[in-house]
Amino acid sequence: MILKNLLSGDLPRSRVLAAVLVLVLLGLALTPFIFPGAKSLNVAAKICVFVVLVASFDLLLGYTGIMSFAHTMFFGLGAYGVAIALNHLPATWGSIGIGVAAALAVSVVLSLLIGLFSLRVKAMFFAMITLAVATAFQTLASQMSEITGGEDGLTFRVPELLSPAFQLREQPFLGVSLDGRLISYYLLFACAVVLFLLMLRIVNSPFGRVLQAIRENAFRAEALGYRTVVYRTWSNVLSAAFATLAGCMLALWLRYNGPDTSLSFEIMIDILLMVVIGGMGTLYGAVVGTTLFIVAQNYLQDLLKLGGTAFAKIPVVKDLVNPDRWLLWLGILFVVGIYKFPLGIVGKLRMRLRKA
Amino acid sequence: MTASTTPAPGLDALPKVRKDLVPLILIPAIALFALPFISFSTWLTLTFAGLAMGMILFILSSGLTLVFGLMDVLNFGHGVFISLGAFMATTLIGSMADWSNSERLMLNLAAVFPAMLAAMAVASVVGLVFERVIIRPVYGQPLKQIMITMGGMIVGQELIKVLWGPQAIPLLLPGGMRGSILLGEAAIEKYRLVAVLIGLAVFAAMMWVMTRTKLGLLIRAGVHDREMVESMGYRIRRLFIGVFVAGSALAGLGGVMWGLYQQSVVAEMGGAVNVLLFIVIIIGGMGSVGGCFLGSMLVGLVANYVGFLAPKVALFSNILLMVIVLLWRPQGLYSVGKQ
Repeated sequence: MILKNLLSGDLPRSRVLAAVLVLVLLGLALTPFIFPGAKSLNVAAKICVFVVLVASFDLLLGYTGIMSFAHTMFFGLGAYGVAIALNHLPATWGSIGIGVAAALAVSVVLSLLIGLFSLRVKAMFFAMITLAVATAFQTLASQMSEITGGEDGLTFRVPELLSPAFQLREQPFLGVSLDGRLISYYLLFACAVVLFLLMLRIVNSPFGRVLQAIRENAFRAEALGYRTVVYRTWSNVLSAAFATLAGCMLALWLRYNGPDTSLSFEIMIDILLMVVIGGMGTLYGAVVGTTLFIVAQNYLQDLLKLGGTAFAKIPVVKDLVNPDRWLLWLGILFVVGIYKFPLGIVGKLRMRLRKA
Repeated sequence: MTASTTPAPGLDALPKVRKDLVPLILIPAIALFALPFISFSTWLTLTFAGLAMGMILFILSSGLTLVFGLMDVLNFGHGVFISLGAFMATTLIGSMADWSNSERLMLNLAAVFPAMLAAMAVASVVGLVFERVIIRPVYGQPLKQIMITMGGMIVGQELIKVLWGPQAIPLLLPGGMRGSILLGEAAIEKYRLVAVLIGLAVFAAMMWVMTRTKLGLLIRAGVHDREMVESMGYRIRRLFIGVFVAGSALAGLGGVMWGLYQQSVVAEMGGAVNVLLFIVIIIGGMGSVGGCFLGSMLVGLVANYVGFLAPKVALFSNILLMVIVLLWRPQGLYSVGKQ
């Protein structure tokens, strides 16, 4: 009953999916203890951040049917908000608060403007306009080097509690030292869980149902008396706000931010991929897709390296399996995914249930 | 929609479509507006550079706008053909280095023209495959189109990296096209002169095809009202493939020119210029060749003026231009009367 309330009535509706979700949740919660080491903690933290980011994008693409290329812009805004605040102000919780609040404010205003200005037009138009705006923002971030650190980005200090040097206890607990890194990780994890549940609440509210109605048939939704532009704009603003918070989380974890870490177009493509792999229009898809993608991204390149050495003698094949070309394989996966599995993993799992 | 964009049909048997010339004033208006801020010779240089850039942008974007107008397909992968053209040029012009580095213009042209033709040929073949594999399964599904053409572009760019390597390749101007002609105090780069000539030739050829041939008539009619043309027994889909291939070929040609303009090529160059092309076709009105031409010129001019006066704002100038135009005419300068 509590679980049902917590998940806003949107149960996984597939035993396999439920098992996978519990596995991911437990895995993330216990990462420092099951998989000790800096790399695995980094991977887990990245998953926490991207679950929020991808879910916020799914709110827009999967639930409302709006394709926006400006999502990394809001992600970057959040990251820069924290980075700039902590770079110029003392490393306190108050400064983080200021950074987050300022970033949120800018994001909301910007997304409202973009929404009001361009959501009346066709999907294609909106995609193009957001692409142009995002590109411009990226240039802006790398040009205004006095504030954003330009291409070099900003390195900053975090409150003492979160810095790696901080020790909660002298003795390690269950073989893991209780340092600031661990505390940061659990802060990130808690934020991710809360934000995810909040988004689940949103998409399963009457408001969320209207968004889905607009996705299915905007004309009919309008005829029913819903002002679709208002709802779409709200969806855009909400999605931007959550993306901004994800950006804040990323910056806190990395203690660094630059154009490539939070703004690059490759991140936008990654988000798209994660949504498509997991399944559009299901927030659980964001969890599954993100986890799968980030684990693959971090460990698949090792595999490609193996392939690279195996085919080292053959001229073109050698270049095809070069680890630097992993984007090629992702791109192919993406295209095939859209054709063959438009519902993604979660959609497939749920479909199987319906047939049975 | 303003009244001026949709000419009211009269009761006469064949109402004459009113020619809408108001947007044409924009070009001289912007040029004159910039004049007081810059010395005359610099102004002349910049204006010419802007027009040259506009010509290349037009070649790059005309196919894109027609494809959109005909089938409502917005090809986010258009940039691949541009990169492909540019990389073909590096290989072919590079292999004819003797001719291309010579000071004699005729030898230069003998090196550049085959390269352009080859780039167009390769781009059109790849375009044919692209249409078949990437676009055909997703007709009429805008969200999927956006995503899948995007995916197509990623794959294309990575394949270019596989074939030509990931590093930037310099693409030097042929010897006879280097340097500039002095016109009073204004320096006009020779290559831009070439670009303007080629651009004008392409524009003239396109206008001729579009307004003087039956094929052009069908394309224009298809852009305007696809269903009507189909119900008269013409196969729009076949027409579309032709337009798509032609558009890809033009993108390949434009890629050669854009590569020579930038003097160096990377696989991502097509994706980067794609954003600019979107701005151009939004400004011009999607599906309209004339609007596309006008939009290219405006973007080229504004980019050059602003790039000179305030380099940091250069990329925003395009977006600002787009916003202003859309506030004035929400469907772009020349809207194609779609329902």
